[in-house]
Amino acid sequence: MDALAGVHDPELDEPITTLRFVSSCVVTPDGVVRVALRLPTPQCAPNFAFLMGADARRAIARLPGVRSVQVTLEDHYTGEEINAALHRGEGFMGAFPGETGDDDLEALRALFQRKALIARQSVVCEAMLATGDDPDGVLGRRVSDLPPTPEARRSLELREALGLPCDADAPAFVLADGQALTAAELPRWRRMARLVRTSLEANGGICRSLLQIRHNLASEPGAVPTTDPEEVAR
Amino acid sequence: MYEKNGEKYFIVDGHCHFWDASPDNWVKGAEQYAKGWIECFHAYMGLGPPETHWPIEKFMKYSEEDFVKDVFEDGGVDVGIFQSTYLNEWYTTGFNTAAKNAELAAKHPGKLIVNGRFDPREGEAGLRQLEKDAKTYNLQGVKLYTAEWYQGSRGWRLDDEQTKPFLAKCEELGIKNLHVHKGPTIWPLDKDAFDPRDVDQAATDHPELNFIVEHVGLPRIEDFCFMATQEPNVYAGLSVVIGGLMYARPRFFAKVIGELLFWVGEDKMLFGSDYGIWEPKWQIDGFIDWDYPDPDHEEFSDFPRVNDATKRKILGLNAARLYGIDVPVQLRLPDEAGTPAAQEDAQLVESA
Repeated sequence: MDALAGVHDPELDEPITTLRFVSSCVVTPDGVVRVALRLPTPQCAPNFAFLMGADARRAIARLPGVRSVQVTLEDHYTGEEINAALHRGEGFMGAFPGETGDDDLEALRALFQRKALIARQSVVCEAMLATGDDPDGVLGRRVSDLPPTPEARRSLELREALGLPCDADAPAFVLADGQALTAAELPRWRRMARLVRTSLEANGGICRSLLQIRHNLASEPGAVPTTDPEEVAR
Repeated sequence: MYEKNGEKYFIVDGHCHFWDASPDNWVKGAEQYAKGWIECFHAYMGLGPPETHWPIEKFMKYSEEDFVKDVFEDGGVDVGIFQSTYLNEWYTTGFNTAAKNAELAAKHPGKLIVNGRFDPREGEAGLRQLEKDAKTYNLQGVKLYTAEWYQGSRGWRLDDEQTKPFLAKCEELGIKNLHVHKGPTIWPLDKDAFDPRDVDQAATDHPELNFIVEHVGLPRIEDFCFMATQEPNVYAGLSVVIGGLMYARPRFFAKVIGELLFWVGEDKMLFGSDYGIWEPKWQIDGFIDWDYPDPDHEEFSDFPRVNDATKRKILGLNAARLYGIDVPVQLRLPDEAGTPAAQEDAQLVESA
């Protein structure tokens, strides 16, 4: 399960374990691992579903002592195609031959990593600005000045995945090209980030409540109650 | 026209339907899809106020009398725009075709505009059909379902090479308004059908055409907003936004409207009820009264303010402009009324 915790929903940028997408994980004594994934609806976009399946497969296969991995997507409208491709170790084109020319979905993944990066960085940035620090001071900070929060940690992971600078001396807040965010760009960047956050929160809320309803799950401890649509929106 | 508190409003419902999804119309062998589609639609109705919900039987096939009462009489809609959706793979005579829409429109002169459709995967035959439809129905607009299945293909894009001749044909035929469905996934459509980025290229290549992005790309609203700021001919179609969020998720609705007002602007937002998913009356009535739930709260305080002119534009005047609908003088707005769109520019997340 620890290995699966490193697999993120590419759209929501949250581990599939905390999202409760892993419905079972069985390890046999001879090193065969069977992972079953359940998604919020049978209609979750096949490309995202595929990425999670393939990532889970990779994360498990890396572990010592694992002889074979079987990842199965439960009850999904393209589950048959995706499962077959995963079992054969093929890419997205293997699942939908002739329907897509995108085998590794890396562009899709990178796009959503960029969105997540804006959202994560802005949470850190907003927290600094909220304490009354002046914008120039905040924007002048380095990676080594980032607080030890999950948001800051994740933003560095995303930077690394995207090939953006993340050494201790790199700027604390960067744009898509790795350049430091400047004071002139800050107001627009904050507005964009807010919209990206709103969208992520809303989609995450929808996914959590759909999953909960579909599988009759108890509310997560500390999670937003999902019975009240108002709360989900917040 | 809709009257409330002695005020009169000119209403254009930019997105309404008259469909037949009853079992008699299901294609043999595709019943599960025909049934799945309409049940999915019906679930969306649940997001409106309980007193407006219908039983599934009525929802599958409502009558002409229902339409006239709900849209014209109770809803006060001056002009409705029919967005034709064929889905011939699942519905024998189509889900709601231009032909069927035109029959109803003929009975209510001046009250209903029929939009057609095209599908670039139909190639040359599709182009000829579009020409024919343009003539038959005097088309000013089309509804495009990029996620529709067609002979083993599960979708297409506006920036595909095969789409180009169709966009050129629209220009030639004077079909100015392209309503593109970019919204919630409806089973069993879609690979990633709500990705609105293909509209960007098409809108740049065809500045004379208007692209109304229906359902504003939900759940990819940020992609839509950042794209719309860059393209003067991209509009926000509020179908599903008002119907699906205003009642069910009011706080999120407020954020979405605030963001749209900021990035897209009140001159480029169009009301659409998406009838029969939701009746127009509660949507119009609620929107006339609407304001941010807590206008001075930091969540909402720097969004553009909403006033009477904002609502009049969104509920009818903007669509009237796009479709050349004559608005009675007393229901027009003086020039310069309202809050101008933010002079804001943005880049897509890829480059930001």
